[in-house]
Amino acid sequence: MSTEQPPPPRKGQIGVDEWVAQSGERQEATGWRRGLGTLERRVGWWQRLAIVALLGLGFGLITNNVNILTVGFTSVLYAILSLGLNIAVGWAGLLDLGFIAFFGFGAYGYAIFSSTALGTGGMGGSHLAAFESIPIVLVAAGIVGLVIGLIALRLDGDYLAIVTLFVGQAFMEAVNNIDPGTLGGVNGLFGLDGLHGLGGEITTPRGYFFIALIFCAVLAGILHLLDTSRTGRAWRALRDDPLAARAMTMPVNKLKVMAFSFAAMVGALAGTLFAAEQSSVFPTNFTSNILILIYACLVLGGVGTIAGAITGGIAVTVVSAMLTSPKDSAYLFYGLILLTLIWKVRPWRHLAAVLGGTVVLGLVLNAVVGGISSSATAGSPGSVGWIGSAVSHWVIVPSDAATYGNILFIAMICMVIALVRLEGRKRLILAVPTIYIAACCWESRLVVNPAITTQIMLGAILIVTMAARPNGLLGARRVEVL
Amino acid sequence: MQVFIQTIVNGIVTGCLYALIALGYTMVYGVLKLLNFAHGDVYMVGAYIGYFAIQWFGGPTALSIPVPLLIVIMLVLAGTGCGFLGVAIERFAYRPLRDAPRIAPLITALGVSFLLENTVLLLFGGFQKNYNTSEFINLTGGGIHIGDIRIDPVELTIIGVSALMMIGLKLLVDRTTLGKSMRAVASDREAAEMLGIDVNRTIALTFFIGSFMAGVAGVMSGFEINFISSTIGFLAGLKAFTAAVVGGIGSVTGAMVGGLFIGLCEAFSLSYISTKYSDLIVFGILIIVMLVRPTGIFGKRALQKV
Repeated sequence: MSTEQPPPPRKGQIGVDEWVAQSGERQEATGWRRGLGTLERRVGWWQRLAIVALLGLGFGLITNNVNILTVGFTSVLYAILSLGLNIAVGWAGLLDLGFIAFFGFGAYGYAIFSSTALGTGGMGGSHLAAFESIPIVLVAAGIVGLVIGLIALRLDGDYLAIVTLFVGQAFMEAVNNIDPGTLGGVNGLFGLDGLHGLGGEITTPRGYFFIALIFCAVLAGILHLLDTSRTGRAWRALRDDPLAARAMTMPVNKLKVMAFSFAAMVGALAGTLFAAEQSSVFPTNFTSNILILIYACLVLGGVGTIAGAITGGIAVTVVSAMLTSPKDSAYLFYGLILLTLIWKVRPWRHLAAVLGGTVVLGLVLNAVVGGISSSATAGSPGSVGWIGSAVSHWVIVPSDAATYGNILFIAMICMVIALVRLEGRKRLILAVPTIYIAACCWESRLVVNPAITTQIMLGAILIVTMAARPNGLLGARRVEVL
Repeated sequence: MQVFIQTIVNGIVTGCLYALIALGYTMVYGVLKLLNFAHGDVYMVGAYIGYFAIQWFGGPTALSIPVPLLIVIMLVLAGTGCGFLGVAIERFAYRPLRDAPRIAPLITALGVSFLLENTVLLLFGGFQKNYNTSEFINLTGGGIHIGDIRIDPVELTIIGVSALMMIGLKLLVDRTTLGKSMRAVASDREAAEMLGIDVNRTIALTFFIGSFMAGVAGVMSGFEINFISSTIGFLAGLKAFTAAVVGGIGSVTGAMVGGLFIGLCEAFSLSYISTKYSDLIVFGILIIVMLVRPTGIFGKRALQKV
């Protein structure tokens, strides 16, 4: 009698909650998606890491523009920072709002060992080589993290967030006020040595980019091993349910302190690279704005995954860098609107209607308003390049753009909120004026204030990501236990 | 002795402001178990509303209405404005995340705080705005003088308004139906919903009241400190936060006591220890209190149910 053999069970990762959560997808995916999924599963983690690192290497080799290399360095730096934050927040579930203090600690630590700060009378000082100073700073940061972790043991959840927030703030106060002779006070420390040792010194942006890349790749490898180790699983258990973890005899306290300490060391590592590249440190480098930036990186990429943390770090830095150039920010802004529309608006005729409606609305309004009063369209759009000239007969930018832009900004926020609330046809109809107002506001006000615009967009990224995809772009879905 | 008493007076004045902001933190924490990081920025918006109200009525040197009326109008405007802002924040930022993991609304709160701060920066610029209180309120002549100790009219207003609002709030929470439903939502949201309490409405009203008080505190601190900017929300929020935590977050009485306590600590470290380290001292106190009594002075240790 021939019995039908059951299909061999696919290689599963029982107990890994991402795998369990994707079981539905694995069964449903068909065609090319399934092929892609299989391919994704077949490529091992170190091959993926090597591919990404080689891509970075290639980027560093073919790019000659110093600015682009600096942006590259910064994005790798933020990737490292969000990897560090991920240890505490993503894996162990400890909301660490004092992470910025460790970044600063590393930077100041490096600065002290690599400048005249320890010398007397403004001369001398210890100029340790990088392979001496960086380990010292990392160990010190680990110990500080340990101490703060021990403090944090008594607290859970929100109280932990508060105390760590104060640690971050206390760090700012301390470097601003304590011992201006050594730490430089508000003026910071400058004239630091570059990373040097064994007879060489790194001076070029490309060199720093490569160093950061190497550190980031090694770190990602170590973190992957850590993530899949017993400790990594224990952290996730702690994150999902501390009480159950304790009941399963996991050393909850030790795990928490370890997470803090490791996060502190990674943060400090980023700090040393940052200080060496900038060759100076200032208290304003470590404000809560930077903390929010790191959180935005991690949250956007996906809390709890290595790939997400790296992607988020790179994405947020590149976006911030693009926003500072009027030409690139136009691509970013209009590209983002277009992408959102393509993603959200179906079927195609609706998409075409919205786009066509927006273009026609703009042209008609521009002509009508320009006909009534020529000063109302006297200003020129803030974007430069072909986009700027293309939209100059479309958007309305009066000569007094600032006040007008402010009003539009408020209107834009109200309309976006209304857009979220509406459904179906009404939403499509409202989308037309909303896009137009957003474009007018962008051209008249936002694009000329890149610094503020970046911050506003970061805030918006945090809110929107949390509402739409709480686990980030590459985040692992969790199995909700009820 | 004179310095000592004057320090106490100053501490009480600052403490009242911190307490008003802290009440918003603590009430929101009570009903939602959410640390509303954006609350400090609501306070900042209140200060700006007050500033523009002064400009609207002719500016500090040429006011078109009597000063007491102006103050009342400013307080009401800033209070309601901030109240509606708070309700809007709750409606559009926090409500969609009510059943999300705890970390999600906290990060949203950071985002809202960032958004508010930078929106104000975009709209009104980075320059400090000046209330110019001394132009229309007689700070040296009016008020109470006992020996060398003086309490100027602004400080009197702050103490009076704060006391009134705190008593009002305490009565509201303890004696009214709304207060009862707030307490019900705070102790168990699902059970409250099952008993027919409109949870959404209660939470929205909690946000309204909390933000109302933050707006009032913003205007009054504008009178007291004169200079306002888009960044004042962060530090004030942080200290009020300390106050709420020291008093025991979730407890209304705790927030009042905590606010006064932090205000006094700050005033004493300013006048007796060091002007530079006063913030560090305040944070140090917080950390010590948290270690000795993690739930604060009036906080109750929550029973963990499994």
